[in-house]
Amino acid sequence: MNREFYSRLIFELSRKGRRGYKHPDNHLEDVKLDNNILRQSPLELPEVDEPTVVRHYNNMSNNNFGVDTGFYPLGSCTMKYNPKINEEISAHPSFENLHPDTPVKAVQGALKAYHTLQTYLAEVGGMSEFTLNPYAGAHGELTGLMVIRAYHFSRGDLKRTKVIVPDSAHGTNPASAAVAGLSIVEVKSRPDGTVDVEDLKPLLDDSVAAMMMTNPNTLGIFEKNIPEIAELVHASGALLYYDGANLNPMLGVARPGDMGFDVMHINLHKTFSTPHGGGGPGSGPVGVRKGLEQFLPNPRVVKLDDGTYGVINSDTALGSISSHLGNFAVQLRALSYILSLGKENIKHVGPLATLNANYVKDKLKDAYLLPIEGVCKHEFVFDGLIDKSTGVTTLNVAKRLLDYGYHAPTIYFPLLFHESLMIEPTETESLDTLDDFISVMHKIAEEAKENPEMVKSAPHNCPISHPDDTEAALHPIVNYTELTANKEQ
Amino acid sequence: MNHRYLPHTEDDVRLMLDSCGLESIEDLYSDVPEQLKFKGEYSLPSEMSEKEVRDFFDSLGEQNNKLVCFAGNGFYDHSAPAAVKSLIARSEFLTAYTPYQPEISQGTLQYIFEYQSLICRLTDMDVSNASMYDGCTATAEAMMMAVANSRKRKKVLVSATVHKKVIDVVKTYALYHGVEIVLIPEKDGVCDKAAFVTMVSADDVAGVIVALRNQYGVIEDYTGWAELCHTHKSLFITNCIAADLATIKTPGEWGADVAVGDAQSLGIPLSYGGPYLGFMAVKKPLMRKIPGRIVGATKDEQGRRVFVLTLQAREQHIRREKATSNICSNQGLMSLYVTIFTALNGVSGLQEMNRQGINGAHYLAEKLVATGKVKLTYPEEPYLNEFLLTTSMSASAIIDKALEEGILAGVALDDNHLLVAVTEKQTVSEMDKLVSVVSEL
Repeated sequence: MNREFYSRLIFELSRKGRRGYKHPDNHLEDVKLDNNILRQSPLELPEVDEPTVVRHYNNMSNNNFGVDTGFYPLGSCTMKYNPKINEEISAHPSFENLHPDTPVKAVQGALKAYHTLQTYLAEVGGMSEFTLNPYAGAHGELTGLMVIRAYHFSRGDLKRTKVIVPDSAHGTNPASAAVAGLSIVEVKSRPDGTVDVEDLKPLLDDSVAAMMMTNPNTLGIFEKNIPEIAELVHASGALLYYDGANLNPMLGVARPGDMGFDVMHINLHKTFSTPHGGGGPGSGPVGVRKGLEQFLPNPRVVKLDDGTYGVINSDTALGSISSHLGNFAVQLRALSYILSLGKENIKHVGPLATLNANYVKDKLKDAYLLPIEGVCKHEFVFDGLIDKSTGVTTLNVAKRLLDYGYHAPTIYFPLLFHESLMIEPTETESLDTLDDFISVMHKIAEEAKENPEMVKSAPHNCPISHPDDTEAALHPIVNYTELTANKEQ
Repeated sequence: MNHRYLPHTEDDVRLMLDSCGLESIEDLYSDVPEQLKFKGEYSLPSEMSEKEVRDFFDSLGEQNNKLVCFAGNGFYDHSAPAAVKSLIARSEFLTAYTPYQPEISQGTLQYIFEYQSLICRLTDMDVSNASMYDGCTATAEAMMMAVANSRKRKKVLVSATVHKKVIDVVKTYALYHGVEIVLIPEKDGVCDKAAFVTMVSADDVAGVIVALRNQYGVIEDYTGWAELCHTHKSLFITNCIAADLATIKTPGEWGADVAVGDAQSLGIPLSYGGPYLGFMAVKKPLMRKIPGRIVGATKDEQGRRVFVLTLQAREQHIRREKATSNICSNQGLMSLYVTIFTALNGVSGLQEMNRQGINGAHYLAEKLVATGKVKLTYPEEPYLNEFLLTTSMSASAIIDKALEEGILAGVALDDNHLLVAVTEKQTVSEMDKLVSVVSEL
């Protein structure tokens, strides 16, 4: 493609006098506002016609890679197929035009959708009730920790200010705890990647508010000591939090509520197929076990005795964490997904995701170093190539994959290994796709031996080559005004 | 097992199990203790075809009233250009993850850069992040940033005229984060400046949060506020409605250190509360304190201009508990939405949109007041496309009556106050219809 012309910024396409949209005109008299409140500083925005805008963004999209483009084995991100019907439903005019402050009697359909989804999630999570208000996974973690703090506060138990997280935890776990005003205590992993129960025991005292875990953990290993861990945590008076980022392999197999978790979040943009949108919007519903419902954030959607739906705000709630009821249009997509699968198929999601992961792992462990043997769940971690003599790193392998039309796995996470390469093939990938991916991974391992320099300088066939990150951080240019000022210097 | 989203045939499953040396699917879960396994069947509906899914949502949709919308309260009923809807549906944008691999994510990275540029220009600020969840959480993040920036101070002042939902969320975050929120009282529909002067002069305040358009629709005057904040080493944080900034004095012009708010007004559908788009932009000295992702320009090996995520040392995946925020997923696609909306409109389009709303609101306010049933609560204060009415009748009675006529008359702030908004979408005859509903009460 003609990069020179089509890689320009929208500002560089601007020509004075062009416009791309027409508003209706109500032909009313112009109101004169006091100058003191009016903008005086110049405002320059792009002036572009509609065809130019359409071509500009279409061409930009061609420089992007989505799940619809190809296989996306990004560990811990559950990049499954995003069904098309969900998109149609999310833009349904009967929902899209609803103002969030509409009286409840005029939005019964929307409230029913919300309530239905929360009921379904409670069923799948083994919880009593969900709030769909949190906007993302990390927002769900924060909300869940606030639930836990509100619970301790309600008992007059004010000294619980610590959260225990495994050293393999997602980065959002400790970050969410910090935002919730809690300090972090790390519990060690055993050689097999699971929580070291002996290391955990002395950490549990009356200063601990909660322990956060994901199960399976970020190595894709099921924490089989979870009943014992739950018992220890509860005996200390703390609550157990489930990070739902890794829920996918558990669909149809086991429920966090049954494992002893008290509070959990679900990433609808992972397990329930809503698109990631290049970073959002996500949705991070939070579920609680019986007895904790009153701490869920305001507002709550409830089904009333007469069969209608209402919205309540209560004093026992942790407070409110969103302007309204969360990313509603994302919730509609997740509901559409559950209905499309139905109870007959949703139970196959976890097993098929797990089967795909084990198939890829077993086929590749002859070339890539598998630090933890045995059956994994939805994802697994290699510690780079087995043959370290070539100097080809995990980063190089990841970049070389881009040349072959695959997205890279998650790299350098978890932090337990130096060359972590974390692969999650979801249940929507076919055997044919997996076989091709496996052959490409083998080919890269061969290339690493035969022509290591070529692998190290990858990618070679992408819209751009390796960007200079150091320069970007050293002399940040973060908007168009700075970019043009920089050019003039 | 035979579903349109699941490609596995029985033969595939057999072959894959054999390859793994396993007998059955159950062997994949041999490490899960028996007592933890879910044995029954989920209490969920049976699989639906696409038509049945569509019918399900159609029938739910019929239980929502189709209304002419005069409700605002921070979120406005604007029309969305067809081109925006078509472009954001491009699956290369829609189904991509966070752009951690810049070589195959230039589309996402470039629109975020364009978005940051637009937000900087609208707000007159130096650095915008890639987006926050909504205006409420963006304001809460600004509150926490102010406290982190001051190092010692744990108190933040919030004007009582800021939108109630924003105050609620800020208070929630503050309660758990260990920040003291003190409300600056209001006086005649605006923040009480004398009270602000006294409170900020105590020299223990990390930040002051005000709203450019307050919860009554009033545009407040902040002459001298930023200077006083800076004298007392406090950040001045302005909450605003993004579209307003094409018309009214900007956070930068008022001397703000931080601009936050919701950008739903830039054409994002109401969708019963979300997804919307929180934004945050700061002055240069706060660049390394801002939460969330930032995209920067750099060069690739061939010297071509390219875009990357930058200054990541602030973020949770690197810094964990020491990060400036826990935010990971943001509102990505919605930032593309407002970028395209803004590009199509340009300055003239945004100002035209604002003018239609302002003219409509003033027309409607005058007509409603003329009925003698309501009066403007703050007749001396300037407003844009939204105004507060005081009514001796119950505000919810007006809303109920209008609902019968297919009109959402506004938002009742309490039983005697109705907040009414107009955008370019509502016609004069629709406004006249609301007037006749009120006059007949």
